[in-house]
Amino acid sequence: MQKEYSIIVGGAAGLGSKKAGNIIAQLFSNLGYNIYVYEDYQSLIKGGHNFSLIRASSKPVAAIRERVDFVLALDEPTAKLHFNQLKDKNSIVYNADKFSFKYGIPVLAGQITKEYGGIDIMQNTALVGAFAKVIGLDWAYAKKVFKKEFSVSTELNINIAQSAYKSSKTLISIPKISNKIYPILSGNQAIAMGALAAGLEAYVAYPMTPATGILNYLSLVDNITVFQSENEIAAANTVMGFSFAGKRAMTGTSGGGFALMNEAIALSGQSETPLVIVDGQRMGPSTGVPTYNSQSDLLHVLSAGPGDFERFVVAPGDANEAFYYSALAIDIAWKYQLPSIIITDKDLCEGTYSCDLEYKSSIKSKLWNGKGEYLRYQNTKDGVSPMAFPGNVKAVVKGTSYEHDEFGVSVEDSKKIKEMQDKRSKKYREFHKEVSKLKGVNVYGNKKSKTAVIAWGSVKGSAIEMAEKLNIKLIQPVILSPFPKKQILKAINGVDKLILLELSNSGQMAKLLSCNGINVTKKVLKYDGRPFTIDQLIKIK
Amino acid sequence: MDNLTLKTTNTWCPGCGNFFIFNALKKAIAKKKKENIVLVTGIGCHAKMADYININSFYGLHGRAIPVAQGIKAGNNNLSVICSSGDGDSFNEGISHLIHAAKRNNNITVIIHDNHNFALTVKQFTSTSPKGFKGSSTPYGSIEDPINPIELMIASGATFVARGYAPKVDHLADIIDKAIEHNGFSFVQVLQPCVTWFNTYQDYNKRVTEYYGPSNDKSKAIELAYEEKLPIGVFYKKNKPSFEDLLLDKNAK
Repeated sequence: MQKEYSIIVGGAAGLGSKKAGNIIAQLFSNLGYNIYVYEDYQSLIKGGHNFSLIRASSKPVAAIRERVDFVLALDEPTAKLHFNQLKDKNSIVYNADKFSFKYGIPVLAGQITKEYGGIDIMQNTALVGAFAKVIGLDWAYAKKVFKKEFSVSTELNINIAQSAYKSSKTLISIPKISNKIYPILSGNQAIAMGALAAGLEAYVAYPMTPATGILNYLSLVDNITVFQSENEIAAANTVMGFSFAGKRAMTGTSGGGFALMNEAIALSGQSETPLVIVDGQRMGPSTGVPTYNSQSDLLHVLSAGPGDFERFVVAPGDANEAFYYSALAIDIAWKYQLPSIIITDKDLCEGTYSCDLEYKSSIKSKLWNGKGEYLRYQNTKDGVSPMAFPGNVKAVVKGTSYEHDEFGVSVEDSKKIKEMQDKRSKKYREFHKEVSKLKGVNVYGNKKSKTAVIAWGSVKGSAIEMAEKLNIKLIQPVILSPFPKKQILKAINGVDKLILLELSNSGQMAKLLSCNGINVTKKVLKYDGRPFTIDQLIKIK
Repeated sequence: MDNLTLKTTNTWCPGCGNFFIFNALKKAIAKKKKENIVLVTGIGCHAKMADYININSFYGLHGRAIPVAQGIKAGNNNLSVICSSGDGDSFNEGISHLIHAAKRNNNITVIIHDNHNFALTVKQFTSTSPKGFKGSSTPYGSIEDPINPIELMIASGATFVARGYAPKVDHLADIIDKAIEHNGFSFVQVLQPCVTWFNTYQDYNKRVTEYYGPSNDKSKAIELAYEEKLPIGVFYKKNKPSFEDLLLDKNAK
C-alpha cells in the first residue's frame, strides 16, 4: 500500500515559502520517502501568492494530487486559497501573528522570531519547526535536518524552530520507511549535473525563467567557465566559439530566447560545430506567462533554423532522465558535430525530485590523427569529418557558415555544393543509425492494454500514475529527433485507442506523430499554465 | 605568393580597400606563431578574408563574429583571436556584442573594415555612412547622423582604440600588431575606401594624418576622433586586467 503525504506551504513572495518547502522535503526525504515538489509562483519579487506542493511517497512520484494532508500558511491568502484542499480541516499550521483562523494549529511565528532576535523571513522557520512536531518527528532528528539546511544563521534558525516545535502539538506520527536515502534535486540541477557528467567545460547564458537555475547552479561549480552574456544570440554564438576551440559548452533559455538562437542553430548545422541548448518551455506565445508551464515549443524546437540540417532533440520526463539525456545530448552533439537540444519545461526545470543518477557512455568524438593535410570537412566514408582545434601546429582549422569545400573555403560551384550536402547526408544516416539503437521511447503501465496514453516531458509524472491506476499503457517518447518511429510503432502495436496528454492548446505531439503516419484517437490538452493532477487524469475516459 | 595566402579565387573588386587590410594583417601576424592565431569574421566583403588567408578561421554569421571570438578566447586563452568585421556587421547588426565586448575588456582584437556602406548587398547606408548618403534604400540621401566608432568604443570601455587607413599598409600593420599584443579589448577602425560604391580615396588621401599616440585621456581621444584632418594611430590605451584574466582567476577559486 502506497504511503504518501501531500503538504502545501505558501505565502506572499518574500516570506520564504520555497525555502520552507525545501526543508519539509528534506524532513521526509531523510526518512526514506520519495519526493516531488511542485513550485507555483508568480512573476514578481514581493507580494502575490507563491506555494510549494510537496508530495512524499513510499513509491517514486513526479506529480501532484489535488487533496493535501497539510497546509502551512505563512499568510492569510494561503489559508483561504488552500483550505478546501485539506483532507482534514484541522491540519493547517498557520502564522497566528499575521491572522486568526478558525481551525488548525496557530504558531506565534512573529513573536518567536522577535524573541530570538531573528529577521521577519525567519517566521518560515518557526512554521516548519512547528510542523515537525505536528507530524510527530522527534526534535533530535528535526534539528539534524535543520542544521544541514540552514547554512547561514544556523543557531538562530534552530532556536526559532525549537521554540515553535515546543509550542506545537502532534497530530500524526510519520514513520521512517527506508534507510535508502536519495538526493533531492531540481530538474535544472539534474540537467547541469548531467552536462558535467558528459564533460561540460563552459556554460554561457542569458537569464530566462525557467532555465536560469542552470546558470545559477553552474556558476557555483569549480573548474568550469561560466558567464552571463549580453543576450541569447551572443550566448549561442559564444558556445560555438568554445566548441570551435575544442571545449564542451552549453547554453540554456526558454522559448523567446530560443527564438533568438535560431540562426546559431543553423550555423551549427552548416559549420558542423557542436551546439547544445536547453529549452525550458514556459507558457507562451511570446512573453506569455513567464512562471507557468506549457509544452508548446515542440514544433519550434524541431524546425528552428533556416536550411536543411538535422538535430538531436531529447525530452526528459523527470530529473533522472534530465541527467541522463543532457549528458547524452552533449555526447551526440560532439560525435556527429551538430546541434543538440534538450527540450524541457517549467515544472521539470523547477520541480524537485528524488534522484538516482546514472550515465555511462561509450560515445566518442572523432578526432584527427594528425596525418597529412588537415581537412575540417573531409569527405569520409561515414560523413563524419575528424575534428582538430586551433593551436595545433600541423592543422589549419577552418569553420564556416558558408557552403564550403573539404578544407573549409566557400564554394558556389553546383557540383561542390551537392558534394558537401551529400557528405552531411551520409553523416546524418550514421547519426540515425546510432540514435535508433538508443532508448528513445519508454513504456509504462499495463503493456498489454489496448488503450494507451502518450505523454512527454514533465507530464510523464502524472501520466505514469494515471496509467497504473486505470490499468492502461503509457508511451513516453524521450528522443524526439530523429523521431524514433520504429520504437513508437512497436509501443503502439495492438493499441486501438491512443490518447495524447499535453500541456498545450493545439496538441503539438499529435502533429509530430501524424507527420510520421501515426494518428491519436483523442487529445487531452491543458493550457492554463498548471500541471495535470493525477485526480484530473484518472477521470479521463 | 606568401605562405599566409591560400590559392583561392579572390573576388574583391579591383582596387578594393580590403586588399590593403589583408596585406596589413598578414604583415602583422607574419612573425607570430601561426597555429595560435584564429581569425573570426562576420558576413560582408571584409569576411571573404577567411577564404583567402591560410590560418585558422571561423567564418561566422552576420554581426555575430565577436561572440564567437569571445568563446574561442575563453575556451583557449593561449590563442590570439582576431575579429574582422565590417561597419554593417558590427555597427549595425551586431552592435550590442561590440559594446559588450568592449565593456568586458575581452582580450580580443576587433578590426572594423569601415567602408561606410553595405557593399555586398549593393550599396545601402550603415551606421557609419555620412548623413545624406545616397544608397539603394536611401535614394534621396540618408537622414541619419552616423555613429563615431572611436567615440563609441572609448565610451564603452575599450582599452585599446585605434584608427588606421587601408592604403597605409605599414602603419596599419603596426597598429594591428600592437592591438594583438595589447592585453584587453583592442579596437581598430580601418578607413576603407569602397572603390565601387563609396570611393573615398581622393578625399582620404588629402585628409588622413598620422598621429603618434596613444593618449590615456578619454576626452582628448574623442576630440581627435572628430577632427576633420582624420588622424590615424592609437588614440587611447589603458592597462587593466582583461575579462579572461579575471575569468580564469575566478575559475581557479
